[in-house]
Amino acid sequence: MTTEPVISLRGVRAELGSRPVLRGIDLTVRRGEVVALLGANGSGKSTAVRSIIGQVPVTAGEIDLFGTPQRRFRDWARVGYVPQRTTAAGGVPATVTEVVSSGRLARTRFGLFRRTDREAVRNALDLVGMADRAKDSVDALSGGQHQRVLIARALAAAPELLIMDEPMAGVDLASQEILAETLRHQVVEGATVLLVLHELGPLEPLIDRAVVLRDGCVVHDGPPPKAVGQHALPGHDHVHPHAPAGAEPIRTGLLS
Amino acid sequence: MEILDYAFMQRALLAAVLVGITAPAVGIYLVQRRQALMGDGIGHVAMTGVGLGFLLSWSPVWMATLVSVLGAVFMELVRWYARTRGDIALAMLFYGGMAGGVMFINLAPGGSTTNLSSFLFGSLSTVSESDVTAICLLAAFVILVTVGLRRQLFAVSQDEEFARVTGLPVRFLNLLTAITAAVTVSVAMRVVGLLLVSALMVVPVAAAQQLTRSFAATFAIAVAIGVAVTIGGTVTSYYQDVPPGATIVLLTIGAFIVLTALAAPLARRRARAVAAAHPGGDPAECAIPASRTAGHEAGA
Repeated sequence: MTTEPVISLRGVRAELGSRPVLRGIDLTVRRGEVVALLGANGSGKSTAVRSIIGQVPVTAGEIDLFGTPQRRFRDWARVGYVPQRTTAAGGVPATVTEVVSSGRLARTRFGLFRRTDREAVRNALDLVGMADRAKDSVDALSGGQHQRVLIARALAAAPELLIMDEPMAGVDLASQEILAETLRHQVVEGATVLLVLHELGPLEPLIDRAVVLRDGCVVHDGPPPKAVGQHALPGHDHVHPHAPAGAEPIRTGLLS
Repeated sequence: MEILDYAFMQRALLAAVLVGITAPAVGIYLVQRRQALMGDGIGHVAMTGVGLGFLLSWSPVWMATLVSVLGAVFMELVRWYARTRGDIALAMLFYGGMAGGVMFINLAPGGSTTNLSSFLFGSLSTVSESDVTAICLLAAFVILVTVGLRRQLFAVSQDEEFARVTGLPVRFLNLLTAITAAVTVSVAMRVVGLLLVSALMVVPVAAAQQLTRSFAATFAIAVAIGVAVTIGGTVTSYYQDVPPGATIVLLTIGAFIVLTALAAPLARRRARAVAAAHPGGDPAECAIPASRTAGHEAGA
């Protein structure tokens, strides 16, 4: 395993409206690493990920992808992006295969599909255990199945880097296990992974390093924090609605 | 078929078939990105083109194409740059386009709003030789874009952010969709009219998706419905002497109602088939645990 950085952020600042959301972030993900980006709602983790893929304008700092400044980076087939699952679907029915095929476009010339492209789409569906639903409408799927389709869409281009925004949010237990297994397979194959997570959950054994954000700053970068006490129980949902605003956060390590 | 003996009806039927193909072919992408009313807006803007055509004695079809393409590009630019006030800008564009059309046509020598009405509601007998040439060329462009770039347009219309991360030229594809929609409006205005063209872009798609699960099938069935209603409407309009645009639109809405009524039993049958194919899936009803029922029986 080499230590070539796949993602590199130096002093990145970003604003939404005029409110600073990222206030000088440094983040490096090396080849073959699995890095979790943790933090509470509003800590800037989704904005950080969206700035990496160029969907949020950066006001200061530098972002490199595979050693190339992001503004000049064109090799997007090497990046597989799994957005936060939205309930909004297109206004026209589409099958699982049709949606996953969109992810393969980066590897085609002028959108012409050859046999290898169709095989890549089928393989991606196999990986997430959705091959038997290939011809079903995506509207007929559960939340977890829909998430698996979005991951298959990212895998269809056989990317070297996977960027996932909250892949476990609203996903049933069976789908969570399949997702963890899919991710394990990708890591074994040598993929680099950056995921935004609310909590480590079933992915914990896969994660090499955790970066914790709070108010747009990195407050922890190192081994994944261990959950303690009640928080370590399986199925524990890490929400503290009773925490008063501005109070000292509870130091479970996850800072949620 | 005596209807085909007349040259004007041959031209009208050819134009009708091309409209039946192109309007739903573009409309499906507009429906997918939830901009179903965009065609209506372009139709309003195209009126200025028709008016200018009369004023400058140029072909109204080509003038309408030019002006509606400019209008569509402007609408796309508004979508990029103006976030909150975008709808106000679009409203001004639409009504400005309509007012401009009425004004120009009245300024034209010998022109009056009666000239405009054949463009607003369609008129088969006035489709000229040069109109047919223009309609054929424009329709060829629309079919080339909507079929040739279907995977790219599908990806952009389904999930714009993901399409950008895939490296697709999203801005170019959005502009191309807008321009293609504008061209379709110009193709269709002779047959269904500017005020009704949007119906033929949207309603066949809505009707088709009552029956379908895939984008490809929706596309094919929407185009089939489009061709059926434009031919049906044109022929009816010839024999019954009713306006073609209105006939076509009412037939399209009729098709939507019939297919919606047919769809309900079809969906039930499909759900049963899915349940049979996935026996491990969740049962549709809550089951009372066997031990509890047994206990109740023992108690009784």
